[in-house]
Amino acid sequence: MFSFTVPLGKLVRAVSRLRGGGSALPGLVVEKIDPGFMQRTLSSLPHGVAVVSGTNGKTTTTKMVVELLESQGLKVFTNRTGSNFTRGVAAALLGEVDWRGRLDADVAVLELDEAHAVHFVNKVPPRYCLLLNVLRDQLDRFGEIDTTALLLQRIAERTTGTVVLNREDPRVARIAGAVSDPEVLYFGLDESLRSTFPNDDDMRAAAPETSPRGEVPASPAADVVLRRVGTDDADFEFDGTRVSTHMKLRGVYNIFNAAAALVLARSITGASGRPGDAAKLVKALSEVAPAFGRGESLTVDGQPLELVLVKNPSGFRLGLKSFPAKGYASMIAINDNYADGRDMSWLWDVEFESLREDGVEVLSGVRAYDMALRLQYDEVRFGSVDTDIPAALAEFIRGSAGKPKRVFCTYTAMLAIRRELSKITTVEVVS
Amino acid sequence: MTPADDTTLHASKGTIRVLQLYPRDMNIYGDWGNALVLRQRLLWHGYTPELLEYNVGDDFPEDVDLIVGGGGQDSGQVVIQDDLQARGEQLRGMAEDGTPMLVICGLYQLFGKFFKTKSGPVIPGIGILDVETVGTDERLIGNVTLTSPEFGEIMGYENHSGQTSLGPGVEPLGTVSKGAGNNSKDNHEGARHRNVVASYLHGSLLPKNPAIADFLIRTAVERKYGTFVPGTPDDDFARLAREHAARRPR
Repeated sequence: MFSFTVPLGKLVRAVSRLRGGGSALPGLVVEKIDPGFMQRTLSSLPHGVAVVSGTNGKTTTTKMVVELLESQGLKVFTNRTGSNFTRGVAAALLGEVDWRGRLDADVAVLELDEAHAVHFVNKVPPRYCLLLNVLRDQLDRFGEIDTTALLLQRIAERTTGTVVLNREDPRVARIAGAVSDPEVLYFGLDESLRSTFPNDDDMRAAAPETSPRGEVPASPAADVVLRRVGTDDADFEFDGTRVSTHMKLRGVYNIFNAAAALVLARSITGASGRPGDAAKLVKALSEVAPAFGRGESLTVDGQPLELVLVKNPSGFRLGLKSFPAKGYASMIAINDNYADGRDMSWLWDVEFESLREDGVEVLSGVRAYDMALRLQYDEVRFGSVDTDIPAALAEFIRGSAGKPKRVFCTYTAMLAIRRELSKITTVEVVS
Repeated sequence: MTPADDTTLHASKGTIRVLQLYPRDMNIYGDWGNALVLRQRLLWHGYTPELLEYNVGDDFPEDVDLIVGGGGQDSGQVVIQDDLQARGEQLRGMAEDGTPMLVICGLYQLFGKFFKTKSGPVIPGIGILDVETVGTDERLIGNVTLTSPEFGEIMGYENHSGQTSLGPGVEPLGTVSKGAGNNSKDNHEGARHRNVVASYLHGSLLPKNPAIADFLIRTAVERKYGTFVPGTPDDDFARLAREHAARRPR
């Protein structure tokens, strides 16, 4: 059947790109004129749709799953531009389908924000879902983390094939009890690594075994377990075998999400009747580079400059833990725009003692003075404070010449920093 | 309970024991910031802080000089409700006796008479404050500025769906000029009774509102030692953070 949806949508897409506009408008147009477009197009894929959701690590994990599947020769459709909402998916689809509305792909792997994922799965029930974690983030929008956990549960309930869950996050692992039909698989951590992943309940709490909450279910077997993380390598265990591999990704939380990606990729390729080639999967995993702003390293004045996105207390804590301050000049940029979350309380749930020895050179962002106040109370030295990001970044680069640098930044602060850096170095364009 | 500091080595004008109420279950949106500010400012004023914790089932520590309690999710309030009832009389006695207390959000609600949740069940409060809270579908979220006769301009961030109305036995903490406060109708925020300060504001509240922190500290020190000899904390960054916060949208 030929319809006008695709040509019209593509036209809107082309025009809005010429205008330099956002990626969602064409999706909106298609949604209005042809509400069935997305469902119809995606349901034709032989391996169906996989949804990746959770608070932290969606972008990097989705990127890993895509690269793992591509290593197995599958054609993957994904929403690469970071438009992790339904209209963004529709817009990305328009870019990929031919003029007759056909999508040349075996499977779709979609990163979706929790609330939008529910909206999406109500239209398109996924065959797979991968649920990463439930942490405090942007509570302005969802209210409470228990509410966020319910959103993830809705995604699992609509999933027809396999639900992949984080065994170590109690709010996620619990979802297993709410689904009956789909198969449930877990990714897990070695006992020795669990303490490096504080969840929000543990932040100021006693050891979990003394918790009066009761019912700690017996730990189920995980399909893939992360056994060890080294400085540039890691050990994963699956099918009873422990595999060591070099990793380009940095940060224990990224590498834990690699275990998650491995479970989903194994499940999707396994369903094809020809189980994935383990050696190729591990090789592909070792070559995944960090996504946009997730520990990516640029070169400025012959020195590395790393961007570490921080957007919630657990992420900031893990960022500080994964990227030790020693030998680095540090800058922190905190904005409170809508996409960052307006509430600054989260800074008080992060401990900054690890920065005490080396101090922080520059503080910036709209809420630079909130950050300054936070560091004052943790007795961390800092240099200049300037809410203007371009000026602060220039000062940071000038003042720390000859040293490797690291910037911890919220989402919109990161966008501003990348914009500045692109004037002096090569910054990968992702959209 | 954990006496948590190496700070006992500092020269000191006295020791103040600060109790965090239910930090395990009622601790969200930076409630730790309030305890941290009390600890550091006590040091800056020349006193020795001793930070204690009380969680469900613990023995209640002796000789508590100051109490701070935070917010929680609905599930946290359910977990603590029986234990809180069992401690109600003791806490009421301390409040009436003049012990300074700061309670934020969830514990503000449970320091009142009751919290009728949206889903129906009524969680009884301990009645230190003459306030009643009813859960609603409307979530009051965003930056808040209010003016208090005691503390001047107060700034913070609210995020709650329980709406609280004040009875004649309490005064509001202040009058809202930006944001909602206790509920979507009355234009006031928080509650004051004796030396209890109750508020919906996170932010965290105390870092950007050192006047409230110093009120709690001064009251605790005066009750214990008769007079408070303040130090000179450097509040420049608090002032600058307030100036920038005041310009942010709701």
